[in-house]
Amino acid sequence: MSSTANARRTSGGTSGDATRRGFNRDRFETGLFRVLRPVVVVLLLLVALLPFYYMILLSFRSLDSLLQNPGALWISIDEVDLGTYRDVLAPVAAGGQGFVAFLRNSLLVALGTVAMTLLVTIPGSYAVSRLQFFGRRQVSGLFLAVYFFPSVLLAVPLFVLFTQLGLRGSLVGLVLVYVSQVAAVSIYTLRNYFATVPVALEEAASIDGASRLQILRRISLPLAMPAVVSNGLFIFMIAWNEFLFALLLLVERRDAWTVSLGLSQLSGSIEVPTTVLMAGSVILTLPIVVLFFAAERLLTGGLTAGAEKG
Amino acid sequence: MTATAGQVGLTGPPPTDPGRRPRRKGRAPRSARSREANRAGLLLISPTLLIVTVAVVLPILWAVALAFQRVRLINVRGTGVIGEYTLANFTNVLTSPGSFGALGTTVVYSVCGTALAIGIGLIAALALRTPFRGRGAIRAALLLPYIAPVVAATFVWSTMLNPQFGVVNWFGTEVLGWEAPIAFLSQRSLPVSVLGMQVEIPIALVTVILFEAWRSFPFAFLFLTARLAAVPDVLDEAARIDGATPTQRFRHILLPQLLPTIAVLSVLRFIWTFNNFDDIYLLTGGGAGTEVVAVRVFDYLTARGDIGAASAQALLLAAVLAVLVTLYLKLFGRQEESS
Repeated sequence: MSSTANARRTSGGTSGDATRRGFNRDRFETGLFRVLRPVVVVLLLLVALLPFYYMILLSFRSLDSLLQNPGALWISIDEVDLGTYRDVLAPVAAGGQGFVAFLRNSLLVALGTVAMTLLVTIPGSYAVSRLQFFGRRQVSGLFLAVYFFPSVLLAVPLFVLFTQLGLRGSLVGLVLVYVSQVAAVSIYTLRNYFATVPVALEEAASIDGASRLQILRRISLPLAMPAVVSNGLFIFMIAWNEFLFALLLLVERRDAWTVSLGLSQLSGSIEVPTTVLMAGSVILTLPIVVLFFAAERLLTGGLTAGAEKG
Repeated sequence: MTATAGQVGLTGPPPTDPGRRPRRKGRAPRSARSREANRAGLLLISPTLLIVTVAVVLPILWAVALAFQRVRLINVRGTGVIGEYTLANFTNVLTSPGSFGALGTTVVYSVCGTALAIGIGLIAALALRTPFRGRGAIRAALLLPYIAPVVAATFVWSTMLNPQFGVVNWFGTEVLGWEAPIAFLSQRSLPVSVLGMQVEIPIALVTVILFEAWRSFPFAFLFLTARLAAVPDVLDEAARIDGATPTQRFRHILLPQLLPTIAVLSVLRFIWTFNNFDDIYLLTGGGAGTEVVAVRVFDYLTARGDIGAASAQALLLAAVLAVLVTLYLKLFGRQEESS
């Protein structure tokens, strides 16, 4: 920038013409961006939100009304049809799609993944951030490598292994796979927080006779609690949204389907009306959106922690 | 699991180790304190290490072994590590029709998806740079495509694009005057006349790329917003006083500050898009010219039950990815040096 600015400054001194041209261009650009900025923001919002609006809209319509009037982006209150939600939630025996069971499975898998992951990664990340142990560098490198591995490469042997063990269709097996997938991420984020806990605090506790585990539980963990909570929320979202492994490992057993898997499987059949499945989409998306907005500050804080280092 | 994206990438370089001491001769730590730290460290990391080893490292090694054996799903129960090793899977995978096509599609999909996502993310970050009422809410709302479950997002998109009752085709035929609805997700190419010339647009591929851009631009947006906030205002102010116009200030002040972040973003997004299976499988099932390598692996595995070929194809995916990323890092590293 310096060359341009310098050129302008020197030329501005000698010829007023150049200054005026620069000034005009500046004014033109400033004016242009003043107009463009709100336009761009509105466009972005439209693009980002329209599909979600459409999802909610369709979930309240019957298939007939959709087919009759596919272009309606607004429906009056008496057109609202809650039958879609009844259909999608009711158990299969009652003629519904059984999403309540899917919800239960998703919840079990997601909560199980969060609990197990945090249980192993809290001590793990503490060790990586605080303790100088043999092979620490290699362990960190390994976790990073795991993180970038194509999950489809991992899917092949896990599929074979689960087939051999007869574990396909088991939610516990799926939780194990999820834990192994998110453990690396979890350790990476948590250790940064553990590193911010002042060493002096731990040393003081150590002098008072506290053991390592006591220090971790009484001193470091409470101080890193915000990070642990946001990490837990993230793991929950990942496990709730996951599709590939659920598809590979659970597809044959309908009673073990997660909401994601159930929705994808049912959307392939022509028997289930699209608007009923749209209600299913809302049910799948809503918990994540609620969680996200409830914890937004916490989550985006965690998302961008350290990003300014580039 | 690209949804994991958020965290690692953004956490930046690892923290410096406060407990680090100057290295002594020999490997084993000597003092009682460091021996204790060594023991405690190994103890605390072992559960994670065990899980990762059992559920990730060993399976991947096994996948490598499987890629060199003729294993099918039917005879899978009798398979062990020791078997007849052969290169047949690789020759099968490489000579089967559409193999290089899938690789090409994957590259086009990842490059275009990454570029678009970062471009839109950059525009969004710049447009929302100056504070105004409701900016926080808008920023949060823009993250929705990224956090929403992929199955729900793809389902809404395919419904919107549906030729019979989708709102996009309704809008196109009723308002824009299209002659016929467009099957965005199941049509390989769409003839369009541009300035009197007939051009075939690979419409399904373009659609999945646009979906990828829609879904992952919030990630770039978040990253770049954080980086923009760290650019000192003084620089911009000084340039303004010197008479630099908004575009000049972007080109010469902001862009150089953002480039390292954009470079990191490119690598991350490229890797994740390259490995992506969910989006394309759910949108098109890999049909209509959108078959990427990850979907091929899945087809080998489930539709044909050919485990050996699936492993070989997945290994090729990982290898090509590794080569491309290394190449990029080499090129980029050199650029950094010269500038």
